[in-house]
This record gives sequence, C-alpha cells and structure tokens, in this order.
Amino acid sequence: MKMDRRSFLSFVIGGAAGTALSPLPWKVTDDLAIWSQNWSWTPVPEDGEVGYVNTTCSLCPGGCGITVRKVGDRAVKIEGMKGHPVNDGGICILGLAGLQFLYGPSRIASPMRRTGERGENKWQKISWEEAISEVSKKLADLRSKNQSHALACISGYDGGTVPRLFERFLTVYGSANFVRTPAVRDSYELGLYLMQGTQANAGFDVENADYILSFGCGIIEGWGSPVRMFKANSHWKETGVKVTQVEPRLSNTAAKSDQWIPIKPGTEVVLALGLARVIVDESLYRREFIASHTAGFDRFVQNVLKDYPPEQVEKVTGIDKAVVVSLAKTFAAAKKPLAICGRGRGAGSESAGEIMAVYALNALVGNINQKGGVWAIPDPNYIRWPELEMDAQAAAGMQKPRVDGAGSKKYPHIRNLLHRLPEMINSTDASPVQALFVLEANPYYSVSDSAFVRKAWKKIPFIVSFSSFMDETAANADLILPNHVYLERHEDIPGAEGFIKPIIGLAKPVVNPQFDTLHAGDTIIRLAKMMGDPIAKAFPWEDYEACLEETFGDKWEALGEKGYWIDAGFEPSPWNKAFETASKKFEFASDDIGASFQNAVVKAEGEESAYPLLLIPYDSPRISAGRIGNPPFVIKTVADTVIKGKNGFIEVNPKTAIALGLSEGKSAVISTPRGSAKVRIHLFEGIMPGVVAMPTGLGHTAYDSFLAGKGVNINELIGPVEDGSSGLNAAWGIRAKLGKA
Amino acid sequence: MKNDQAKKYGMVIDLDKCTGCGACMVACMAENNIPFKEDESNKLDSITWMRVYQLTNGKPYPETDICYIPRPCMHCEGDHGHSPCVSVCPATATDYSQKTGIVSQIYTRCFGCRYCMAACPYHARYFNWWDPVWPNGMEKFLNPSVSPRMRGVVEKCSFCFHRHQLAMNKAFVEGRRELEENEYQTSCAQACPSGAIAFGDLNNPKHTVNQLAQPDNAHGGQPKNPEVFRLLEKLGTNPKVYYVSSREWVRRAGDNYLKNENPGKAH
Repeated sequence: MKMDRRSFLSFVIGGAAGTALSPLPWKVTDDLAIWSQNWSWTPVPEDGEVGYVNTTCSLCPGGCGITVRKVGDRAVKIEGMKGHPVNDGGICILGLAGLQFLYGPSRIASPMRRTGERGENKWQKISWEEAISEVSKKLADLRSKNQSHALACISGYDGGTVPRLFERFLTVYGSANFVRTPAVRDSYELGLYLMQGTQANAGFDVENADYILSFGCGIIEGWGSPVRMFKANSHWKETGVKVTQVEPRLSNTAAKSDQWIPIKPGTEVVLALGLARVIVDESLYRREFIASHTAGFDRFVQNVLKDYPPEQVEKVTGIDKAVVVSLAKTFAAAKKPLAICGRGRGAGSESAGEIMAVYALNALVGNINQKGGVWAIPDPNYIRWPELEMDAQAAAGMQKPRVDGAGSKKYPHIRNLLHRLPEMINSTDASPVQALFVLEANPYYSVSDSAFVRKAWKKIPFIVSFSSFMDETAANADLILPNHVYLERHEDIPGAEGFIKPIIGLAKPVVNPQFDTLHAGDTIIRLAKMMGDPIAKAFPWEDYEACLEETFGDKWEALGEKGYWIDAGFEPSPWNKAFETASKKFEFASDDIGASFQNAVVKAEGEESAYPLLLIPYDSPRISAGRIGNPPFVIKTVADTVIKGKNGFIEVNPKTAIALGLSEGKSAVISTPRGSAKVRIHLFEGIMPGVVAMPTGLGHTAYDSFLAGKGVNINELIGPVEDGSSGLNAAWGIRAKLGKA
Repeated sequence: MKNDQAKKYGMVIDLDKCTGCGACMVACMAENNIPFKEDESNKLDSITWMRVYQLTNGKPYPETDICYIPRPCMHCEGDHGHSPCVSVCPATATDYSQKTGIVSQIYTRCFGCRYCMAACPYHARYFNWWDPVWPNGMEKFLNPSVSPRMRGVVEKCSFCFHRHQLAMNKAFVEGRRELEENEYQTSCAQACPSGAIAFGDLNNPKHTVNQLAQPDNAHGGQPKNPEVFRLLEKLGTNPKVYYVSSREWVRRAGDNYLKNENPGKAH
C-alpha cells in the first residue's frame, strides 16, 4: 500500500484517537502513579500487638501522667493518662512529641570523649568502664589536692532520688556545690519561708478560686503544671470565673483573660502594693485573718499608705488610677480571689519584693491555706537513706562556702543562685570550679548573658555532661556519659509545679534503651564504687533500681501498679498551726523581710539615653525553652511571624516601628548592653509602644538541623539583674535599641 | 441489629477555650505519620492536617485582641455530598461517605492533579512535593494504622478514620453495631488540654457536638446556637466543623460579611 499524505495523517490521527479511547493511557497513568507510590524508601510501619504503658512525663516540672501506645516493641504515640490527678487525660504539645526525643537524631549513642577543641564536635566513642574510670581519676586527683570543693554539679531538678544521689555523691566527696537551675519556685519558697516560716512549695488552688489576678503569669503558656492550668482556664470559662491579666504584652493568656491591663514592664510590684493600699485604705481586708493570725500588719500598712497612693501607682505603672482602685475593689470583693505571679511560664526567679507583695495581697483577703487560695505544700519527705560517714576531706570541703554564694551571710535563705556562677568564675584567676557535672540541664545555652557564660566555661578544666541529647552543654563538654531518656528509665518524679496535693509520679521504662546509654543514677553509683571508700560506702545499693526500691519500701509495688502516689486527703494546715515564724503568725513585715519592699522595683539594665527601648522575653507554648530543645513536630507549629527560614522575629508595636523607619519583615539589629543580634521585624499591635519582645527557646547552636540556627537565643542579649535583698536573679528584660540592619 | 442510622461525624471547637497552644497540631502529626522537613516556615508547603490560625480584631493597642482558630478538614457535605473537592476529583480518590459523613482521601488512587486543592476553600489539603524522610531511627514511631504518603499525592485530615475502623472492629467483635461517643474520638479532640474540641455524631442528640451546635439539617446544617458559626458559611459548602465564640468580632471573621450584616443570619 502506498503511503500518501492523506493516509499517513489518517493513520496518525486515527491511531491517536484510538489510543485515547482505549483504556491504555489511563492504565499507564494509573500504573505509573502506583509504581511511583511504591518506591522502597517510603516506609511501611511494622504492625504488631498494641499495648499501653502508663508512666510519668518529666520533660517539665508539670508531673503529668502519660500513656504510651506501643505496637510490638515500638512506642508509637504518647497520650495523656486518663484519671491522673494532675492532668486527667490531657497532654501538652511538648509531651505529645516525646517520641521524637526517644528516637531523635540528636541522641547520644554511647559515652564519648572529646578529641578536638571544645565545641568542635569531634568525639571518640569509649566504653562505660573507661568513661567512668576517667571521671574517677580526675576526681581522685582533685580530692588528693584538697580541692574537693572545686567539684560542682548543675542540675535541672533537685527533687527525687537521681538528683539526691548526685547531691549525696558531692557531699561525701566534699563539695556543697550542688546547684539547681533557677525557677520561680525559688521565689515562692523564699516568700513562704519569710512570711510563713515554712519550708514548703507553693500550691495554688486554682480550681476553687473565683477571681484570678495574674501578674504576668503565662497561665496558658506553660506556667505551673501546664495541662492542669489549661484545664483550669477552661473551667473558669465554664463557671464564669473572671481573670485579669497584668502584662505589657498581649500574650495568649492576656487574650483569653476577661481583662487585660497593660503595664510598664517591671512595675508589677508597684501595682500589687498599690492594690494593697486601696484594700487597706478602704478597709476591704478580711479582719478575721488579719487580726488574729498576722504580725507586722501595721508596719506594712504604714509603708504602703505612704509610698503607694493610686496617683503614684499610675505614674510608675502607666495604669489609670481609677483602674487601680476598681481592680483592688474587684479583687477584695470576690469570695475567693487569688493573686499569682511569676512571669511567663515561671522559668526564672522573681524579686523577693514582688513575690511578697503578691503574698501580701492574698493574705489581705485571707486566702492563705484556704480553699481557692495559696497553700504551703510540704515536700513528700520519702528519701531516708543511711546517715553519711564523712571523712576529714569531705567535712572540710563541706565547710567551704558554696561557689554561687547561696546560703551565705549575704543570701541566707536562698538555696541556688546559678546566675552568680559565671561571675564567680570570671572574677578570679583560677576558676573555683575545677570539675563540673551537668545533669538534666543545659546551662551553656540557658544561663543569661551567653558571652559571659562562654568565658567562664573556658575556665572550667573538666566538664562532664550526663545529657541524653547533643545539647549546647554536651557539645561543649569534655566527656559525655549519656543518660537514658525518660521513656527508657525508672525514676521517681516528686511534685507537680503549683499542684495542691503532695504527689510522687513514677517514670517507667516504656521501651528498652535504644542506645548504649546508662541511667544517670547507675552512673553515679558506679562512679562512687570505683572511687572506693569512704565514697563507695555511702552508696550501699547494687544499682539504681535497688536504691529506688529500697527508698520506697512497701510503697514500691503500689507505686508501680498505679504509676503515682498521692496524698489525696491532704489539707493545708489551719491558720493557728500553719505559721512557723517567730510570732507563729503570718508576717507582713519582720526584720528578715526588712528592706525587700523598698527594693521592690527591679530596674532594667542599661541607660535610657543609649537604649531607648525595653526588650522583654516572652514564652510561647510552641517553643520549649527549658533544658530541652524543641523537637521537629513542635518547631513545625511555630508561626512564620516568629521564625522564617533561619531568621527570628522581634515583636514591635507599629508606632515604635514607624518612628524607627522599620516595617513588617524588614531586617534590623537589636542591641543591648550585653550583646546584639540580627532580627526581622514583626509588627504587633498587642505590644506596648516602646517595648519590644522576643521569644525564649530559639537560637540553638546544637541539637539537630531541625532546630539549630533558627532565631536568636535571647540569653545572648539579657544579663542577670540581682535583687538586692535576696540575691535572686530578678531580670525581667533589658534596655535595648533597634536599628536598620 | 441493623446499622441503618446514618452518622454525620463532626466537630465543635470552642474558641473561647482554645488557647492556641498547638497540641492538636502535634497530636495529629504523631497519630497520622505526618512528615516534617528541616524548614517548615514556608507554610504553603508545610503539611499540617490540623492548623491553628491566629485571628486579630485589627484594632490598635491597647484595644487589640487575638483569637486562635484550629482548622482541620471541614468534611463538607455540600449539597447531598457534593463537597467542593469530591466534585472535582477525576480519580475518585476522595469521596463523601453517606454513612459517616467523612470525606475520604485514598492516597494510592490520587495521581496528584491537585484539582481538589484548588477547589477547597479552606486550604485544608496539602500536596506532597517531596518524599517524606524520617531521620534515621524516627521511622520507629510511625503508626501502622495510617499509611505514610509519598511524593505526588494530596493528603488531608481524615477525622482519624482509622480510629473509626478500629472502634467498629472492636464493637463488632463484642456484638455491637453502634459506637459510644467516647469510643471514636479524633487524636486532636482526645489531646486538647483545654477540652476545646468536641467530636461526635452531629445527628445524635445525645452527643456533645449536637447539643453545642444544634445543627439545622433542614437548612444545610446551619447552627441554631447563636454563638456558633462555620467558616465561609455563605459558600454553601455545608461544613461539619462548627466554632463557638462569645466574641462577635471572631464570629464575623468566619466569613466576609457586609458591615451591617448579622453573621448569625447568613442566608
């Protein structure tokens, strides 16, 4: 057949039409799609038997119960534990992402010795035997030079058997330098001690209060035990309990409150005392409490009447005096009003003056140890180990003052002052700390004034990290003895921040250890045994598990079964028995309290002329800012007005921005007396003009590529500001300037 | 025992209680094997079946106010199951179930034309531009009840349909054909620490969602509760996710209203 143009075209077109009408192209497309969907690198999760394990979350001090869903031997999901007294089935964003810590890429797989310079990230894998004997040799050497007090331990927590084992090790070794990282509970403990004479934690009966006055607490941003507070917030909505939030920035808490009162940052204490004055002046206080159960009331009244009239409060705080008066009346008129403080999630301490002003407000309305009020919660005193036998070296070392100055004549009532450590190290030629243990903490990242911290760090000759993760501290240590993560280990977790019943949670191993890690409790016991007597003698247990079992004795089985122990019937002491001060009363003023109120306002560092703005940190529930870095799931939820690419944003009021010639998204440089950083501008109407805010928890240099290098670590910009009366770090911000990049 | 009573699973989210913490987003990611990349700040290609948006009232300091609004797939019923995405899918990869009211997504059928994404007025659908990569070891937490997706397919919130299947299996084994309200809950509803998300059968007057939203089935499921609204109500998509807010500016933000128009009476 001859192929002419006509038949060629008919053949091609006909063929094309025929193919198109046939199922072939569709079949091929479909097959292609299916083929491309079956590439081997898309994982197929292995199936298996489903099981649930109850345990306790220890990612924050919230003390929540969690239930981990397992498929075979894999943990696949973390959920809130139903019926748990703290969180009853609820769970927070960080707790949900816990498995990303367990299986995450920043985990340390075995003990490691540094081979390059510090921070160079060059490591050599070593055996546990070798790692522990290296520590043992260093410490024996230090001890032989009568330098046992030059050993320090920075710990992220101090309740429970693991930190207590570390503290015990330090004691019998001869060092008093067990330093816990700061938290608002330091301030609360101090307040309770000074005004009530009790050694206790503060509990807040938020569920039964009928009016909440919050001085900047991030009630729904991680303050207290986060899930409990979320639930309380919803409970208040359902029952019509009003919340007033006093804060310079429209936080989530402020936005959810019934009344947001913007205040000049750092002046909250003046407002608190101003409110106290109105309550006193108008005789709105509860006489039955004030008359019979308090001391120093007259002195307190004199002080506030003189110094805190509403006009003065308006001048300092920027809050209209009519608002001050009506707020005081609302507070005093409520049946069970509750005032709380502790900025953001309460990750830092507050000044003694501020904490006591807020306690005083609560006392004026008589809600100390009452339903809906502030309770003193005693420590569940369950760790009773055999008495220590100390040799001369240990006794001499323990006599030496603590390196952070806590408990000294100057700071008699404070137990931990971590912020002072860099200064103590930098102010002498030879560092007073020659060997440092870091347990469940990340001080290299989280202590403020990072440049100064780095300088001090360099002067510490020997640093051992017990971290499970390659955090900044581990990355800059000499030796890493990685701990199991919380889902791989047994541990007692006493207390839940701000909770009103004594409770002990038990963490249980949900899965077998994924790597060649060792329980920090076992590490310290093995180290003690290797160091020989008298240190070894103080650790009679075969291993940590034996120690834990013995500690709980006959409670152990019940604890294991239920997952927690609670003193459900606990009631706070009645007024006539509650106070252990000299007067056996609640003390508004005493010689110990002394000048606290006069020194109440803590000034931000820096001169206004050079630094016209105020920089404040803010906490976001979507950014973990504690000892643990944000996992990938959680960093994914952060808005693109907080992080974009690697850039971090600073919140600026449009008015402030216009004056500086800055607009949304523009690059800028923020400078403070402590440092400067490149940021981008996010215009936010919810922040007071003249104030700028940056999130905490960003600007990591370690961890994984999901987190590192994103945003700015605000600790680079802010330094500690010491509260003159207590020594606590009461910095709430710093003066700053913002300019075009 | 017969199961002829059609279900209409839906959600009511209380925006007064929602704190914007983001727990629902992570609960969803963890349950549904949602992948993550190093940089997730380009929100156009960041896969979040559940996404929490921030609304503001647009007023200057100090009158400014913000509110968070979680946005899962709305599982639109449209008119008799003609939801926007189902209507345009050439591969029948997404379908409206008259039995449960759930809009399905079948990854192995989807060939990635993304018509559904263009059709969805809520931006609830996401395209896999890349194959998912879990860092070494992290594939261990993947949930076997949900298949990981691959490059080139669209995915979205399924109301945790696998949980419905598991619950139904259990019920069948126990000789039941009906589920209790608490037997089938989405991961986000279960996790929400504020208790802001209620999930259940909108047709069942015993379920919280029905009591909160009071849907009027004669009028396209419009809520009878004046504090309840739906997103883009006027489009007639008939979504099954309802929102509660006591604040009028929040309710108005749910659609484009004229100045004098009352959000409660959209039609």
